[in-house]
Amino acid sequence: MTSTHARNTKVMNRFDLTRRLVAGLKDEAVIGGIGNTNFDLWAAGHRPENFYMLGSMGLAFPIALGVALAQPKRRVFALEGDGSLLMQLGCLSTIATLAPKNLTMVVMDNGIYQITGSQPTPAAGHTDIVQVAIASGLANSSWAADEDDFERLIEQSKQAAGPTLIGVRIDDKPGTGTTRRDPVQIRERFMNGMGVRQLL
Amino acid sequence: MAAAEQASSQKSASTWHGIVLQTLKRNEIKLVPYVPDRVLTTLIKDLHADPYFTTFPTAREEEAVGIVSGAWMAGMRGAVLMQTSGFATLANVLASLAVPYQIPLIMFVSERGTLGEFNYGQALVCRTMRPVLDSLAMEHHTITRLDELEFIADRSIKQAVTTQAPVALILSPLLTGGKTFDK
Repeated sequence: MTSTHARNTKVMNRFDLTRRLVAGLKDEAVIGGIGNTNFDLWAAGHRPENFYMLGSMGLAFPIALGVALAQPKRRVFALEGDGSLLMQLGCLSTIATLAPKNLTMVVMDNGIYQITGSQPTPAAGHTDIVQVAIASGLANSSWAADEDDFERLIEQSKQAAGPTLIGVRIDDKPGTGTTRRDPVQIRERFMNGMGVRQLL
Repeated sequence: MAAAEQASSQKSASTWHGIVLQTLKRNEIKLVPYVPDRVLTTLIKDLHADPYFTTFPTAREEEAVGIVSGAWMAGMRGAVLMQTSGFATLANVLASLAVPYQIPLIMFVSERGTLGEFNYGQALVCRTMRPVLDSLAMEHHTITRLDELEFIADRSIKQAVTTQAPVALILSPLLTGGKTFDK
């Protein structure tokens, strides 16, 4: 796969991309990182296979890795912001080591901490997240050129021989909805979605 | 029981790391990510050697907490190994993931910073551990004696799972020998 450089990619919208992803799902798990990333996942239509983080910035990929290891037959998607991923770049090396082929990671990159007042991240303008992922050992990493390319890369990841990382450049729009912040209910429903528990 | 297996079982029953490994196995804890510590060397080596376990290093302790949290929600039990200074990086993930989501996070912390510590930084960071655990009202035990290890570890793991609450099991130098300046 060829990687497309960030600056040649279209600036897309987080909610639109999330809706496109969710529209094609059946029983796949989706882990939404903190803030706007999981707000848009929530707004795209709640499903029990979704897990919404309310803190622990940077742990969307590690949580998704845990799900992927526990259920190797289920496809696991993880949605993470660029600022969040910067907090936990080391997880890319861990994921490259374990190399679960059922894991697809999406990095929503707008170069800012939108939710705290749109301050630029220290990476903005010069750190290429996809190149960081490749250098961490995740060979199957690339920028999505536009919405169609994003959908193509998502589909392609389902047949990949290893984990996939997809970088998407997004605009500076805030999240569309607001996740209901009930951690126990979120976890209980997710475990039901994972087939681990029946809801009472 | 085959002679070799019996000998191995007797050996593991007489060491703290052998008891920890067997207790993990008996409680069906298969996933053991860690950030290493000198004191944990033999336990980590033995976990790698046993195909029952999926064990691997992570770059940070909170990453390991995220991994076992995700795995537990998807039906696989895990535990995290770390040292005291690693625990000190966890306040945020404990307060925003393990505790509020009611996740039975099982942590084994090898204790540095006391009973012969030679690094002042370790001695200071050690003093933050129990106040952090207490501030979140988290269950924790300091294990000092070999004859109490299995009881405390086994019961604490079962309690964590049944009450859906995290637990920290602190492995004292009294149990492990700790790390001393000449090592």
